[in-house]
Amino acid sequence: MRYGFEVLVSLKPGLLDPQGKAVEGSLPALGWTNVAGVRVGKHIALTVEAADAASARAQVEQMAERLLSNPVIEDFQILAAEELVE
Amino acid sequence: MSSRIGVVTFPGSLDDRDALRAVTTMGGDAVPLWHGAHDLRGVDAVILPGGFSYGDYLRTGALARFADVMDEVRDFARGGGPVLGICNGFQILCEAGLLPGALSRNASLRFLCRTVPLRVETSATPVTGRLVPGEVVEIPIKHGEGRYVADGDLLARLEDEGQVVFRYAHADGTVDERANPNGSAASIAGVRNDAGNVVGLMPHPEHAVDPDVGPVGGQPLFASLLEHVGARV
Repeated sequence: MRYGFEVLVSLKPGLLDPQGKAVEGSLPALGWTNVAGVRVGKHIALTVEAADAASARAQVEQMAERLLSNPVIEDFQILAAEELVE
Repeated sequence: MSSRIGVVTFPGSLDDRDALRAVTTMGGDAVPLWHGAHDLRGVDAVILPGGFSYGDYLRTGALARFADVMDEVRDFARGGGPVLGICNGFQILCEAGLLPGALSRNASLRFLCRTVPLRVETSATPVTGRLVPGEVVEIPIKHGEGRYVADGDLLARLEDEGQVVFRYAHADGTVDERANPNGSAASIAGVRNDAGNVVGLMPHPEHAVDPDVGPVGGQPLFASLLEHVGARV
């Protein structure tokens, strides 16, 4: 079976996010003066061939820990594709 | 017999030749190493050079840490062998877990390319044996992702254990935020591991060994490394 996943990688809270700051700094120029707390992260979509959903998810967890994120500075969240809102 | 210093070439390395040349300039025997070979060719020390290994497509150093040669580098480091990571090499060592902390986007979001004063914080590493704490060396930086990041606990541990090797400073050795080019935690420009044999720094000592080209603040680092290796052999 093929299982779709989306991995969201974000900077740990409290760490300076210069990208987020830059985006936040340019929103007022477009008229949005009501925005705060902008953080920029990564979105990685993938499909995994596995016997069942649990095994597929366990493998994606490992991928996220070992390669897709750096646990020193980043957190990750795994969304199964069927849980995603279209 | 002169000391054999290996320099790894990854796809996207661009300072490997400069590092090899710096070793030769300082009287060592420069040995090119290949990322795809499980072989350190019997070198006495390993340098991971600057550049953009594997294009740094995911995160700086993230893909290079899985290169074949890194198995040997890891074993060599665990056995106490001297390993120096410069710029991208520093990023690779952090991603590989051989050095603490991580490097991320400069606070200014700008790529920085200039010579900066660095304050030496410890003599107890393979590349600072000839330097004294408090001494200032001028070495170029050229990086877009050189901001050293570590949480409070780790920073406290690095300070307590004397693992901070270099800090960004003013020419007189004072350290403050104005002398910190990229927003690094505690102005950290370079660190070492617990054992002290693995060192990483963002600035490029290999670009500062030739008086015809510019400052020579990198010379004592290579001289220290060669001396350290000579004493070990």
